Amino acid sequence: MSLLDDALLDDALLDDAMMPGAAAFLAEKPAATVDRAATDAGARISTASQNAAQTTAQAAPERDAQYNYAYLDEQTKRMIRRAVLKAVAVPGYQVPFAGREMPMPYGWGTGGIQLSASILGPDDVFKVIDQGADDTTNAVSIRKFFVRTTGVRTTESTAEASVIQTRHRIPETPLTEDQIMVYQVPIPEPLRWMEPRESETRTMHALEEYGVMHVRLYEDIARHGRIATNFMYPVLVNGRYVMSPSPIPKFDNPKLDRSPALHLFGAGREKRIYAVPPYTEVRSLDFEDHPFEVEKWDECCGLCGATDSYLDEVILDDAGGRMFVCSDTDHCAARRAAGHVGPMAARRDLKELADRTAAE
Amino acid sequence: MSSALVHNHPSGPGRSGQEFAHDIRPGMANPVMDCQAVFRALLLTMSRPGTIATLGRRLAPPAPLTPAAAAVFLTLADMDTPVWLGDAATPELCTYLRFHCGCPIVREPGRAAFALVADGRRLPELDGFAAGHQEYPERSATLVLQVTGFDTASGVRLTGPGVNGETVLGVDGLSPGFWPAFMDNHSRFPLGYDAILCSEDEIAALPRSVRVEV
Repeated sequence: MSLLDDALLDDALLDDAMMPGAAAFLAEKPAATVDRAATDAGARISTASQNAAQTTAQAAPERDAQYNYAYLDEQTKRMIRRAVLKAVAVPGYQVPFAGREMPMPYGWGTGGIQLSASILGPDDVFKVIDQGADDTTNAVSIRKFFVRTTGVRTTESTAEASVIQTRHRIPETPLTEDQIMVYQVPIPEPLRWMEPRESETRTMHALEEYGVMHVRLYEDIARHGRIATNFMYPVLVNGRYVMSPSPIPKFDNPKLDRSPALHLFGAGREKRIYAVPPYTEVRSLDFEDHPFEVEKWDECCGLCGATDSYLDEVILDDAGGRMFVCSDTDHCAARRAAGHVGPMAARRDLKELADRTAAE
Repeated sequence: MSSALVHNHPSGPGRSGQEFAHDIRPGMANPVMDCQAVFRALLLTMSRPGTIATLGRRLAPPAPLTPAAAAVFLTLADMDTPVWLGDAATPELCTYLRFHCGCPIVREPGRAAFALVADGRRLPELDGFAAGHQEYPERSATLVLQVTGFDTASGVRLTGPGVNGETVLGVDGLSPGFWPAFMDNHSRFPLGYDAILCSEDEIAALPRSVRVEV
């Protein structure tokens, strides 16, 4: 047999072998979700896969099937999922992971997005907040990204959400056992400001050598008369690892302690994943004579009158006019819907602000 | 080069690739969504020790792998995770896992990222599995222990991260020697292996962080 004949014969054999899978692939053109693995493994399996794909499509009409579900490829998801399970098993310890390039710059929440992409499924209801607000650029972009790549249902209500991706805040509404918090973390290493070398901070964590953290808090007291650290306030998790709770205000630190929800932290640029499992002790570092305290305000929320929520200061004009409003827009809107009225809610010049936060 | 693909087949000449593929039991019907669902069950049980999640029988793996344990392997194992099978390493099971996961099968327990204990009543030497390093505690093995069933009414007492106060987990078909071994494992926290317990269709998990009292 000549070389040419051999090649022709093999081509014919390969065509035969490819037929069932290839035909199914072409026939189901709209359902581009047909898995290559399934088409390789034979017609029987690929039929089942197509049925499953159609069911998914009905439940999630908006999903862009040109992307794999939740954008990431399956091998990346497996790698992240393994890191998440180890992070849960060692609370507060930062597990290195092979963070991927995402279609957005570092600093926009690439760590949190990779976590959400690895955990989100068709049963989830997804909420995204940035500084407590559902309608800021970062939150809107991330929500749209996941609606497009997963068709996930979204909400602005904390109580309705099963997965909440956040930057800077933990919602005021108490979290439940059925919820997972996903944090976008810029700098995961709490010791980094004192010790720039990764090899050293890693050894310090291994040896529980955290004295330097207390020195930093002490220097605050020596300079300012109080612990002046207001966000990224270091915590001790499960009595073992000092952890940065990401740039949440220290106001939110107590919400982490023995929280019924699972908290997952993802740092995309630094490529670290860490976790606080439910009902885990999270203690904010302090001193006996300078106990940990959260921020307090003399004002209440100008729109809903809340005195127990984290307030943002809003500058109104160039003549010293200002107001305080809830940072958590869902909390504020829910309170106003329930009839709570703040001292500035009736001001007509603030109507746009009030409408914006009540849009849901 | 295509002739090499067709003729130098492991099962010998005269069998086409399609025939060979039929020797291997099928994997997930919908790998993307099924693995997501199985992972969420794993995340739920690992973050809440004592919780039992039902995976169902979505797979029909070769013996002695149970459908639930097979789902765990197909969800988590790949070319980056050496798998130890002990005396369960039959050619059929090795082929099944290599085909669906692409994972290396290793003989040395210390190299394994995932280790299968096919019968929870016959434990291998658990100290042989990787416990991680002080600097990298995550470089530790995850044991997949096959048991016969679970009981939430009576069993060992669990406390620690993920547990609200305390909870109880009963495991059938698990050697009583496992619990003292797991207490030793917990005592070297943050080092230690983590365990996923699998019956035919259910899973529970024991991260190294959980305290056990018999």
